[in-house]
Parts: sequence; structure tokens; C-alpha cells
Amino acid sequence: MIPPRFDYVAPTTLDEALAVLAQHGDDAKVLSGGQSLIPLLKLRLAAPAVLVDINRIPGLDRVEEADGMLRIGALVRESALETADLVRLRYPILMDTARVIADPLVRNLATVCGNLAHGDPANDHPATMLALEAEVVARSASGERVIPVTQFFTGVFATALEPDEIVTEIRVPEPAPRSGGAYFKLERKVGDFATAAVAAQVTLAENGTVVRAGVGLTNVGPTPIKAVRTEAFLVGKPLDDATIREAGRLAAEEAQPTADRRGSVEYKRDLVRVFTMRALRRARDRAEGRAGAAAERAYATAGGR
Amino acid sequence: MANHEIRVKVNGVERAAHVESRTLLVHLIRETFRLTGTHIGCDTTHCGACTVLLDGRPVKSCTVLAVQADGKEIMTVEGLERDGKLHPVQEGFHEEHGLQCGYCTPGMMMTAVALLERNPNPTEDEIRHAISGNLCRCTGYVNIVKAIQYAAAKLSEEAAVPSGGTA
Repeated sequence: MIPPRFDYVAPTTLDEALAVLAQHGDDAKVLSGGQSLIPLLKLRLAAPAVLVDINRIPGLDRVEEADGMLRIGALVRESALETADLVRLRYPILMDTARVIADPLVRNLATVCGNLAHGDPANDHPATMLALEAEVVARSASGERVIPVTQFFTGVFATALEPDEIVTEIRVPEPAPRSGGAYFKLERKVGDFATAAVAAQVTLAENGTVVRAGVGLTNVGPTPIKAVRTEAFLVGKPLDDATIREAGRLAAEEAQPTADRRGSVEYKRDLVRVFTMRALRRARDRAEGRAGAAAERAYATAGGR
Repeated sequence: MANHEIRVKVNGVERAAHVESRTLLVHLIRETFRLTGTHIGCDTTHCGACTVLLDGRPVKSCTVLAVQADGKEIMTVEGLERDGKLHPVQEGFHEEHGLQCGYCTPGMMMTAVALLERNPNPTEDEIRHAISGNLCRCTGYVNIVKAIQYAAAKLSEEAAVPSGGTA
């Protein structure tokens, strides 16, 4: 399959890239990892006049903490997130998520920011970023703005981004002490989209009650879903088995799945219920520091299940 | 710009090419450079038959634009053999019967080469994880895993021999 004709530019500064976008608007597309965009071009589901390849712009590939936030640059590959010690030790939910996206070859190119900017409700990082209450930093020739991820996903393959904007960074608040998270996904085979997946992030008080809870759902609605009723229920409760069971039930209610070849509505709701419980248990273990190195190795081998 | 003059290093050799923006890397490799060891399987970013190393990392060359490779190094299956001697990964696939029809084999081997560069002594789980983006419809993967384990053992044996030694 051959993509339709297009012009290709590979600027070496962000300002140049933004100028091209300002000039072409909706006719231009940003190329980062290309692992969603190039297949769309080949299928001729997208036919931009101009591709703006940002891969030659230096400085966009950093993943680092600064000013209370983890900053993930526009060119941070999924594989970099998977292997970064900072992510493994401080943001294991991000490692869980990166590890189950597409396959290892795709992850060598695919970017975290692209996973959000693409606006696909089946993508994995959106649910995780909703659970983490991350922010998306968007730049255009006329300036920079910060979009809370809760306002970023506006519809199927639609985001709050303007055509002349580039996502330059995702910012995740640094976790408070006694925080932990996890991401659980069922895929029919490696590389398939999630049948359903759940991201959960909690912060616990000294006595074990939930101070903060974030729950995000993948591919069970027209957009990624922040399970706000489940989150509200969790806050102030001890994270015991009864609480976790009820949270699973609520999250299943908040899911809006449709039936397809991956499963029926009932099946997907039940997956959300079960994965919410599993994700909360692992989040609790990580928050309490009970997930040691051996447990983490076992999690890695289980491939997010 | 719909057309581009690019330079790439393919299996250690500098080459220049004229490409359209829309030319895919796999087509540059197969049709311009006539290196047909890199296969096109699904053409939809699933199967991994087209895997090559781009600056040392395995990628699906059906999902990279040729122009993106400008100034970079590409390694294909043709670059594995040195001076008539098979790469240990190739030897492993031969010795352990790591293929049946052979269609996935070039991509599978490139992924294996990159894995062993990064992790010379992988567990079986790590091998299976690493090749999870390369589909094989014949073998059931058992002999592919054995082939990569053979290569890992062979490479560590070679590394253990002091240079100039005869052991």
C-alpha cells in the first residue's frame, strides 16, 4: 500500500515546524513516531498535503522531573518509557501502560505524546493520563497553552488540539508519598487494541484510607473515560476488599462499551469490573511499598494481566 | 517538497537515492537497493517480516518513510553474514531449525540480533517478549526461541575467548 502524494518537511527547530503548521493549518499533519499516522496514510484514511516531521528537532526526547512534574517530551518513545529507571521506580503505572502498547518494534518508534494526540479511544496512555490527571502542553506559532487531560479528548479521534498546534510535552504531577498505580489490559493478541483496560492510581493516608484516586478506562466508550463516580466513592474509604469490590462495580457502570468482535457489552463491562479490582489491588501494594522487586518482575512477565 | 535526495548507510555501505516523500523504507530497500531479503508480509504494521535495524533499533520498515532514514544507518539481513561466515543468529536458525517456510525469518533474525546486542543473556520470557512483534505462522515459535538461545550461547562463548586466543 502506497500513501497518497504529500510534501514532506523535516525542520530542525520547533519554531520552523510551528511556522509550517501556521501556514498550512488543517492541510498539514505532524509526524512523530508515525506508527498510527503512516498506516492511516497507507490506507488512505488520511491525505494531508504536508507532513511536518518533528523527529529532527533536538531536545524533545527528554523524560525528566522538574518543578513537581514528570515531563515527557514529544519524541519520547514508548520503549524509552518502558526502560527508564525514573519511570520504573516512581511511575510504575506508566511502565505497565507502555509495555502493553502495540508490540516492541512499534514501541521503538511510537511516542507517548502521539498516543494522546491521535485521540483514539482505544489507545492506552489516555486512560492512564486521566488517572494521573496529567496536562498536555500545546505550542503554536502564537504561543503555548496547557490543557488538562480531562479536557483533551473531545470525541472519537478528536482532541482539543488546534490544527496549528504541536504537543510538546505531557506533564504528570509527581506522586505524593504512599502513592501507587497500575494498568491492566486484555488484548486478544499482541498488537491488538484493548478489549478493555483500566488504569488506577491512588494515594493513601498513613492509616490506609484513600486520599486521592484516579481511574481511567480504555476502549469502552467514544472517548477515554475518567471514572469520576468510582473515584469519588474511593476517597475517604479504607482500600479493603469490600471497597475494591464496590469500586469495580461502579467502574463497570461508568463504562459505555459497544459490542464488536472483541466482545459483548456485558463481557466488556465485566472486564472493567475485574480489571478495576486488580488495578486497585496492585496500586495499593505499590503505594504501601509491598510490591518488591520480585513482585515487579512477576508483573512484567504477566504482561499486564 | 515531494521529492528528496537522501544518503543512507546500508549494511556499512554509503548509498544515495532519489525518493518521493511517500516512498516507504521497505520499498527503498527492496526496489532501489535490490536487497530483497527484507520481506513485505502484512503491509499493515502487524507481522514484522519487514523488520530492519534503523540506527541499531529494530523497526517495521513498512511503517517508516524512506526520507526519514536520511543520514541514518540501516542494517538488513544481508548485512549479517561476514566474510562468508554466518552471524551466530543465522547459525542458530540453521542449527535449531528455527524456520519452516522462511518468510518471517529475516525480520525475526533482525529482532533477535538487536535483542542480543542489548541483552546478551535473555531468559526465555525475554526472548518471547522481544519477538512478540514478529509473527510466524509455521513453527509455533519453539524452535525460533531455541535458535535465539543458541545464538546467545554462541555469542557469549565468542566473547569469553580472549582476542587472539585459541580456546
